Amino acid sequence: MGALVERGNRQMVVEKEDEEQNQYLTFQLGGEMFAIGILNIKEIIEYGSLTEVPMMPEFIRGVINLRGSVVPVVDLSARFGRKRTEITRRTCIVIIEVETNDERHDVGVVVDSVSEVLEIAAGEIEPPPSFGTRIRADFIHGMGKVNGKFVIILSVNNVLSLDDLAMLEHATVADVPLLMESAGA
Amino acid sequence: MSLDLGDALQTFFAESRSLLQEMEEGLLRLETAPDDAEAVNAVFRAAHTIKGSSGLFGLDDIVAFTHKAESVLDRVRNGELALNEGLIGLFLGCRDHIERLLDITADGTEMDADTRHQGEALAAQLGQCMGPAALPAETEAPLQSLGGGRMAGDTWHISLRFGRDVLKNGMDPLSFIRYLGTLGEIAHLTTLDDALPAAAAMDPECCYLGFEIRLRSEADKARIEGVFEFVRDDCQLHILPPGSRVADYIELIEMLPENNSRLGEILVACGAVTQRELDESLALQACENAREEAPQPLGEILVGRQIVQPELVDAALTKQKEVRLRQTQEARFIRVHADKLDELINLVGELVIAGAGATLLAQRQGNGAMQEASALVSRLVEEIRGGALRLRMVPIGETFSRFQRVVRDVSKELGKDIELVVTGAETELDKSVVEKIGDPLTHLVRNSMDHGIESAEVRASRGKPAKGKLRLNAYHDSGSIVIEVGDDGGGLNRDRILGKAIERGIVGANQSLSDREIYNLIFEAGFSTADQVSNLSGRGVGMDVVRRNIEALRGTVELDSTPGEGTTVRIRLPLTLAIIDGFLVGVGDSAYVVPLEMVLECVELSDVDRQALALRAYVNLRGEVLPFVRLRDHFEVDGHGTRRENIVVVHYAGHKAGLVVDQLMGEFQTVIKPLGKMFSKVKGISGSTILGTGDVALILDVPSLVQQAAAREAGLNREAGQSGPADRATASVQ
Repeated sequence: MGALVERGNRQMVVEKEDEEQNQYLTFQLGGEMFAIGILNIKEIIEYGSLTEVPMMPEFIRGVINLRGSVVPVVDLSARFGRKRTEITRRTCIVIIEVETNDERHDVGVVVDSVSEVLEIAAGEIEPPPSFGTRIRADFIHGMGKVNGKFVIILSVNNVLSLDDLAMLEHATVADVPLLMESAGA
Repeated sequence: MSLDLGDALQTFFAESRSLLQEMEEGLLRLETAPDDAEAVNAVFRAAHTIKGSSGLFGLDDIVAFTHKAESVLDRVRNGELALNEGLIGLFLGCRDHIERLLDITADGTEMDADTRHQGEALAAQLGQCMGPAALPAETEAPLQSLGGGRMAGDTWHISLRFGRDVLKNGMDPLSFIRYLGTLGEIAHLTTLDDALPAAAAMDPECCYLGFEIRLRSEADKARIEGVFEFVRDDCQLHILPPGSRVADYIELIEMLPENNSRLGEILVACGAVTQRELDESLALQACENAREEAPQPLGEILVGRQIVQPELVDAALTKQKEVRLRQTQEARFIRVHADKLDELINLVGELVIAGAGATLLAQRQGNGAMQEASALVSRLVEEIRGGALRLRMVPIGETFSRFQRVVRDVSKELGKDIELVVTGAETELDKSVVEKIGDPLTHLVRNSMDHGIESAEVRASRGKPAKGKLRLNAYHDSGSIVIEVGDDGGGLNRDRILGKAIERGIVGANQSLSDREIYNLIFEAGFSTADQVSNLSGRGVGMDVVRRNIEALRGTVELDSTPGEGTTVRIRLPLTLAIIDGFLVGVGDSAYVVPLEMVLECVELSDVDRQALALRAYVNLRGEVLPFVRLRDHFEVDGHGTRRENIVVVHYAGHKAGLVVDQLMGEFQTVIKPLGKMFSKVKGISGSTILGTGDVALILDVPSLVQQAAAREAGLNREAGQSGPADRATASVQ
């Protein structure tokens, strides 16, 4: 169903291409509402058959087979430094296209549940606060106002920056072994 | 140019580059076998085609330069000029210059003074080779004896009528004439628009033009004809050599479609014939015609054209042969965009998974006929996958053959006599790897020649043949490709390397290292940064860069050296997209694939050894110490192991080790899928694959896995300040 919603909206977006992007997919994550610009989203799939990759930091849950290509899946909650997302019936993986150094990659993101596609006019978006969201400031594109509530609009390319993720994981691999071996020995 | 040639131009660049490659190969072959006529032809053909195509694109610089080289090559081909080393060197220089010109055009930059200067120098050298001989003079002789009023001058007459479809076929008449201009000077040109119909009837996509051209040139007829090679079938072309009889011109006039007297006027205007000659001849002709009471049929006129030069027939024959040869070559190769191949391979991968799903379903339903059908489909799909994967594999020979040139040039530069011996050229590996291995290999080859192989005097004093030998070898081993660069030089100086390493603090003074470890120190960063290294008898400059490049390809590099006998550098690379047979094992909930070539055997981990896990990580395998890595621990899988655990005994690069896993799941053919950038720094995993169920399985990179486990243990021991038995066990693995 998510895929349908997404496809429908994509068409709409294509129709008024010249306008600023103002459609956002909203989703729930740890009781909070977040949003991602619809143009970055490729599809939404059910959570399932994920393969864990060992020795990776907490926020990389593993990889999935998306019609023949192996796509990494990131746990957003863990990426924000919170605890891992618990898997429920409504857990989804949102496949997002990320651009790094002019290359496009698909990355999956685990979310609690997908809500709806909203239009948020540019005038309704506040700049991110300097602190208080408990999320790294460069992850936030802005704060959208929806029905008097704030929705955190994520800056996808920063949250899922491949350079960033690969570096972090490198550091972890170097640290982890000692901990583990001492437990084993 | 008026046409949009973007795509065509790209094709031109690609083709020209491969032609240059052919040219180089031909020249190098000629160096050892100067009489190889086929090689001369190949070189000439390459130069000729490059010139022809550049002419089409109006790349005058390339045309002009290539033309000069081609002229000299032509003399070589005709046996007028003997090939010697200097000449081959000159042609190689020309080849490089053409390549540079191509690069400049491709980049859209202007030629710099350096390149221009170089081009001029080469052209001057080529000019010296041309000598004063003028070909047309020889061909004129038999004509003269045929009698008739011989025309003075060295100008050719060319009658050209383009076919209607020339423009539709993508040819620009103008570019041919422009190119003709490079052969000599166009003394006179008249455009004939007689065929042009009334404006209403005219099709703007058709070409109605004809040309009468006087060309002052020293080129021979074959070459002038060669200009029009691409439109040969599409145009009427008549070439009269300098000094043709008036009668020939008259025949020409008769053969051409236009009104005779009009043509006569044009010829007079061109200066081909004088008015008086024309009048006389025409009168004579008319008189003859009247006597015979019938106009001469066209066929007879053609037969009467005995003026065809014998060499022209030869040229036509060889050209036909060339065309046929080129066609067969073209039929054997197709240029395909790599992305399309990747797409195909992805799709086939999907097909394999879908097929496995169907087989599973058929088995569950217990329908015999259905199972049979799906088994057949699976088999065919497997074959398709194999074929699709092979499409991306190229033999490494192409890369190796490039080094013939490098070795030739560098050995000249160094004043050493070095021979390159290539083996295993047919070993295949993925195209993407081939592209990236060139630079590190060049570095290693240069290094071997520079520092490895001694000068002839030293070699003689050591009782070795004066001619040094450099070996390039490739073979498949344990699921990877191994490339060896070996020389028969003096080998590395162990003590000096060790001394340097201690001095630089790379190793401690009291550390004991094996010879092999010491030799491999030269790959350490910081070992070879300063110029002091060149005092060292060994090599060293930039070896750490080589290692970095190879490690970026997830490969390893190591070095063997025997004092006085030589050094061999061994590069081991994974076959990234190769068809690999894997052995599937389970750890926890996940499945992992071990490359089957590395698997020696599987044994059970005995209870005794299991209980001793905390103490030691090695077992007694039929009297041999077998260190192992318990994947469950290594990968930090939660929960306890299964009741039984197994050891998969693997070997790689001469080492043996065990991997302890929960489950053995059997053999499995896998398509390796790269894990993507996010996992580029993960050690111990080289890629992933998709199982029949649609799940992703990870492919283990055994060498780096073991290395990692060993490094971890070494780190622990250093912390503890002592070395335990496990340390020694792992050390034997390393």
